[in-house]
Amino acid sequence: MPEKYHIETKAVPPRRPRIGKFGVLDWREDCARCHNCVKKACVWDRYRQEAEYVRTLNAVDTLFFECMGCFSCVQNCTKGLLRLSVNPAWEKLGNSYWKPAIIQTTWAQAETAKIPVSGAGYRGPFTGPGFDSMWTDMSEIVRPTRDGIHGREYISTAVDIGRKPAYLNFQGESFRTDVPCLSIQMPLILNVQSAQHTLPKLGPATRETARRTDLIAMARPSELPFLTEDPQKILPYVAFCLSPEEPVVPPDAMRQTRLVETYDGPDVVSRIQRLKDKYPHIVVSIRVPLDATGIHRAVDLACREEIEVVHVLADANGNQIGVDKPLFLTDMIRKIHTTLIEKGVRDEVTLIAGGGIALAEHMAKAIICGADLVSIDLPLMIGLECHLCDRCEPGRSCPAKLEDVPFDYAAGRMTNLIGAWHDQLIEVMGAMGMREARRLRGDVGRAIFFEDLEEETFGKLFGKRK
Amino acid sequence: MASFSAKESNLAAILPAKTLETRVPQVQVERKIATAPSRYRNEISKYILRRSHDCIHCGKCAEICPYGVHVRKGSYKLFCEPKSHLCIGPACEKTSHYCVAACPQKALQIVENPMMEILGDYRWTADLILATWRMAETGHVPPAECGFEHRVGNSGGGFDKLRFKFPEKPSSTVSKDEIDTSIELNRRGDDRPQIRIDVPWYGGGMSFGSVSNVTQLSKARACTAWNTFTCTGEGGYMERMRPYDDHVITQVATGLFGVREETIQRVPIVEFKYAQGAKPGLGGHLLGDKNTPAVAKMREAVLGISLFSPFPFHSVYSIEDHMKHLDWIKHINRRALVSTKVSTPNDVDMVAVGSYAAGSHILHIDGGYGGTGAAPDIAKKNIAMPIEYAISRVHKFLQAEGVRDKLTLIASGGIRTAHDIAKSIALGADGVVIGTSEMVALGCVRCNRCESGRGCPRGIATTDAELAAKMNIEWGTQRLINLYNAWREELVDILWRFGMRSVAELRGRTDLLMHLDYTNDGEQ
Repeated sequence: MPEKYHIETKAVPPRRPRIGKFGVLDWREDCARCHNCVKKACVWDRYRQEAEYVRTLNAVDTLFFECMGCFSCVQNCTKGLLRLSVNPAWEKLGNSYWKPAIIQTTWAQAETAKIPVSGAGYRGPFTGPGFDSMWTDMSEIVRPTRDGIHGREYISTAVDIGRKPAYLNFQGESFRTDVPCLSIQMPLILNVQSAQHTLPKLGPATRETARRTDLIAMARPSELPFLTEDPQKILPYVAFCLSPEEPVVPPDAMRQTRLVETYDGPDVVSRIQRLKDKYPHIVVSIRVPLDATGIHRAVDLACREEIEVVHVLADANGNQIGVDKPLFLTDMIRKIHTTLIEKGVRDEVTLIAGGGIALAEHMAKAIICGADLVSIDLPLMIGLECHLCDRCEPGRSCPAKLEDVPFDYAAGRMTNLIGAWHDQLIEVMGAMGMREARRLRGDVGRAIFFEDLEEETFGKLFGKRK
Repeated sequence: MASFSAKESNLAAILPAKTLETRVPQVQVERKIATAPSRYRNEISKYILRRSHDCIHCGKCAEICPYGVHVRKGSYKLFCEPKSHLCIGPACEKTSHYCVAACPQKALQIVENPMMEILGDYRWTADLILATWRMAETGHVPPAECGFEHRVGNSGGGFDKLRFKFPEKPSSTVSKDEIDTSIELNRRGDDRPQIRIDVPWYGGGMSFGSVSNVTQLSKARACTAWNTFTCTGEGGYMERMRPYDDHVITQVATGLFGVREETIQRVPIVEFKYAQGAKPGLGGHLLGDKNTPAVAKMREAVLGISLFSPFPFHSVYSIEDHMKHLDWIKHINRRALVSTKVSTPNDVDMVAVGSYAAGSHILHIDGGYGGTGAAPDIAKKNIAMPIEYAISRVHKFLQAEGVRDKLTLIASGGIRTAHDIAKSIALGADGVVIGTSEMVALGCVRCNRCESGRGCPRGIATTDAELAAKMNIEWGTQRLINLYNAWREELVDILWRFGMRSVAELRGRTDLLMHLDYTNDGEQ
């Protein structure tokens, strides 16, 4: 049995004051001076912490917002002077897709590496668009689940990237394949950040994160040479994104990498062929944007014998790019996956899906829909306390000060985030009774889709859905 | 008392001598409705009534207000802080007792409380929380003029989109006093006792550890008063629960914390917990901070460490294995009914039939949006289906298999109101299990901090002695008795409007329901 995959994590506290959801408004002018102050009785001791925070504040840049929202002080104050309110800074986090709650939980996971656990039941809407329109399935008694995370069973989250041979090829006494295929320990690769979010200090930290987690980080060739990094150590965990705008990667570097990604185009097959001739050990992925023609293009490419990996990318919110009524990532993955099954080539090609993967649950759901693995970029940024404020322009201040992010802090936070995602993946896989991430791919039997469930249950009772 | 007590004359024949010897006298709790006001100084209100310094304390407002908002104690000249939570807000404008208009100094003002936007969530809206508090305080459904939407939440699906199709005129042939809300729990026709509970719900499993002993005892006493059941959860059986043995379900779950033969022998119902709706497939979870000396002792565990019940039962990988478990319980306690608690996966209907075949009297299905003392967020939202779908599926499948009337189907996981209960029954359940609603009645604000540090800051879901002391058993019992009464009144009203004499008549009547997102012209 292989050694159990484990990500070493260590708490990395935030550099900036936390931005919590709640704040208590205090109308001091009417205070009764009753000496019975409920602030002393705060279970969380937040008032004392706030006082200390204010005393040590160098500049008034943010208030103390770590109230837990229990209303106890509000309800016990002798004069009823306290009011709870939502922190306006919290409401401004993220956007309509990357909601404040997503930003907040990502910060917490990057800090602690722990699975978010809370009391009381689910608080959110019954269902929603995109990833929120499906549930993962589980079972007991007739199909037992697994006790992976706290129990005895080893749940493998490893996946393969590369073309898998359709049949075994025995030469002499040993089995070998003619095409390279690499395995990574989680169904996750670390994508390059968009040009807007590319900062010099992020690259080294992302690559170090890939090394620590035994994953692959994508990099632009223009980032070479890696001045602060040991190429021998880091290159096996790097996949260069080749493009016409980027310089050519030196052969020394290419020889040490295991995966490269190239752009799509009419000459893509011949480009891949040239790469393979020169570097036969490398797996080559093609980056296909999921625009109006993206699904067809991904299928066409995947059906070609020369193609090993197709990396499809929706926009940052998981939507189809540049169309009026965009499909969501899950639907696009399902279309590609099922078409490849119909064409009989699904097992031979690797499908990486990216865009809109914001939470660990999205990783599991994208795989259930048919991706072999997913790519992420923004969650890594958010893990570094990014607000997604969209002010990433020269001359404008970054609230997370990402331009001078310390290496250990950034690599630690990203590693923690991936560690938390890994544990959450094991949690849902355990519940689904899955022992291998490879086998989760496209297993929609382990999912429950809102539309199907509505039709099967309420559709029979109440007619057609309006 | 529950009707199984008639069999108690045979207890000597069927219970081991040791159990009989140690059985303590059972306590009766009076089913009396009494006011149980909030234990907080400032009750959160939907509207805030402000009194300005222009007030001349003439007393006109107190004179006309029928709700008791304006209070001036004894011989005091000044008024107390207005009791805003009793104010009905703008609905009062059209009445003759609108204090704002009547005030000669125009010193009064009513505004909506901005904290209403913060209190609660999609499933438990601020209105639902405040209405539940009001029911727990008064024992009755808040009058319509209070303006609380107390029937549905704002989740945008499931129960919140289902409505009853009430006839225009209620039936005149049925009197509300005649309406029977009791349900039978043993339908197998075996030699086990016939147990009937007076209301179609019982309390969900909450262990000592997840909640305080005050909370557990308050639940047990309220259930005794209402002749229904509470459940110990998987955390052992408190000695202080023993005077209520006849109204207790004890749980056997994978961790077997505190499970002993003697605890199984004490009770009329034993529940096998395979899964919990909030965290299906993940087992139990008690964080280390809540594992206090008392909890550790009861669970026979090491102090301060996090306790996990593994998943699944490693001795159950088939229905036959499940049957072996049930047989074991039935052998140890020969008067007990056996309940099987499962979550709601796609094949929950098959699990239901299998569980019947294995010998269960009760199948308890716990939906994906159910409550918990601690669960990974990824599990709460993403695993297994909401209960609304599962009830209908299981009911129909059991019907098709011809065993529907031999198994009691109990639903839980997101049942918040009397209307949710009625909808569950109309979808096909016999009754429901409740949990979060009881916590809200005791003062929970849904802050989601049950698992953190010392536990619930409201003193409900905690094992910290100082926090638990924020509530006393008498108050907790009364709040729950009141809530049950308000719910029963509302359930009776629903049945009365349909002209039904018994809650059993409502079971499976999906023809009485409509869904706001559907054309509602489907064949039932």
